[in-house]
Amino acid sequence: MTGCTRRLPLIALLLGVAFAGPVRAEEAYDPWPGLVQDIFSNRPINDGAEIIGIEMPYRAEDAAIVPVTLRSKLSPGDARRIRSITLVIDRNPAPMAAKFELGADANVTEISTRVRVNNYTDVHAVAELSDGQLYVSKVYVKASGGCSAPAGKNAEEANNRLGQMRYRQFAREAAPASRIREAQIMIGHPNNSGLQMDQVTQLYIPAFFVNQLKLTQDDSPVLSMEGGISISEDPNLRFTYVSNGAKRFRAEAKDTDGHVFRNEWDVEKPGT
Amino acid sequence: MSHLASTVAALALLGFTTLARAGAAELPVSEVAPGFFVHSGTIALMTRENEGDIANVGFIVGEDAVAVIDTGGSFREGEALLKAVRARTKKPIRYVINTHGHPDHVFGNAAFVADGTSFVGHSKLPQALASRGPYYLDNFKRIMGSELIDPVKIVPPTMLVKDTMTLDLGSRRLTLRAWSAAHSDNDLTVFDEMTRTLFAGDLVFLRHIPVMDGSIRGWLDLLKGLETVPAVRVVPGHGPVTDWPAALSDERRYLATLLADVRASNRKGEPIRSAADNAAATERPHWELFDDYNARNATAAFSEIEWE
Repeated sequence: MTGCTRRLPLIALLLGVAFAGPVRAEEAYDPWPGLVQDIFSNRPINDGAEIIGIEMPYRAEDAAIVPVTLRSKLSPGDARRIRSITLVIDRNPAPMAAKFELGADANVTEISTRVRVNNYTDVHAVAELSDGQLYVSKVYVKASGGCSAPAGKNAEEANNRLGQMRYRQFAREAAPASRIREAQIMIGHPNNSGLQMDQVTQLYIPAFFVNQLKLTQDDSPVLSMEGGISISEDPNLRFTYVSNGAKRFRAEAKDTDGHVFRNEWDVEKPGT
Repeated sequence: MSHLASTVAALALLGFTTLARAGAAELPVSEVAPGFFVHSGTIALMTRENEGDIANVGFIVGEDAVAVIDTGGSFREGEALLKAVRARTKKPIRYVINTHGHPDHVFGNAAFVADGTSFVGHSKLPQALASRGPYYLDNFKRIMGSELIDPVKIVPPTMLVKDTMTLDLGSRRLTLRAWSAAHSDNDLTVFDEMTRTLFAGDLVFLRHIPVMDGSIRGWLDLLKGLETVPAVRVVPGHGPVTDWPAALSDERRYLATLLADVRASNRKGEPIRSAADNAAATERPHWELFDDYNARNATAAFSEIEWE
């Protein structure tokens, strides 16, 4: 497999067109330099220890649902802001899990989502700041042993939820009266990863996933996500943002079959 | 298990695997009811050392033919099970029934591929094997090594059970029932009418913490129907052969506790990782392999009930 990912266009990284082949020879091979070339066009990437935090459990308990939290470490007084964060799961068939664009006025400082992890792997978070510089942090995750698998558990149920959306707002204990909000958006979608034809069963499950999600307060961007098959079934985003006083929170999701799902909700008062 | 007992068990296991390496030993089985043979798997994760032998597997002998139920966690275990069958009967193996698609139950299938042998499973088993099989092979090659996993072939069922199906082994009828999503989304049970013995696969766990890979609410609901099966004993997927339906009480308590805890956690607005760390903590003393599976069960349960 060495060198294979280098020739893959970006879209392939997101779609996961190339399935990992035999695993043994790959263990020693570090895919990251190739991914830097493919995803970031070999731009210089600085150490992000002071800029961006990434948290995942060391052991992926359920390979299909591995929680990941991205956290801004910029001090409130910093003139720069995080423009985007790219989440890369190096050894997944689709390494580029998601790219998050953070709304210019929303001050998103924390994003949690859930991903699939196929393998023992480094996971990188690359933040692009408003000055154009890239910063990276990484964690190492052990894929679960046992019979855990990145595929879904209940194929029928997942399809039944297709297109349902939920919005939820959480109280922030730290600053009950501030304009900081913590919210969660859930989208019912199987996010099928797609497979080659199985030679024995002749079964084929085409890739079918949410590839775009836009969240706004009224019409002001809060957070958007460009996603791939590494995002778990029923994509789920939990994040903080600062209210601009908008009355409505809006979500628009698109999937690879061209479905567009839209919904909006009343924003609860701060501190509730 | 006492320290001495576990040491003895470990030594016995070591002896067994050494023999198996030397050339597929016969898998030890006991006759839990007339003509109904069961091999008890170790309560453990699949490893190179135990050769994937962690699930209960077995076979039932009728007047005309044999049905094998689950085939173990490696090709080698499948071969050893085949030897155990052949040591007891010359009748043809007409059916190989898989209770679901997890590797510890299906990795031995290829040892039974032969003319006249049909593979039987839940109607959703082929899809589960197609989407997970390649991943299982890669993953367990890493864990157990090529020598054990290279000979493993994913063999999907050709006889599919949508609801119920009766197989006749000759004066011996087996009732197969396909269930809705619970332990997995392709669970199948086998009821031997003659001896009123239920082979439950992983719908029933004893001692080994239940593993949830389907639907926690589905599993709890299903137990109401499952316990009405007129059996006198059950062969669980993992754990000892036990009286029926008393065998269900520990599992039901665990699942109900887990469900209540993740619901409470979600109501409080806690993130999924808190649920993974804390749910069903009171159950720890009751189960083996708790730390290997509880957080995973809680993660999966939380993501399911979030949609309530």
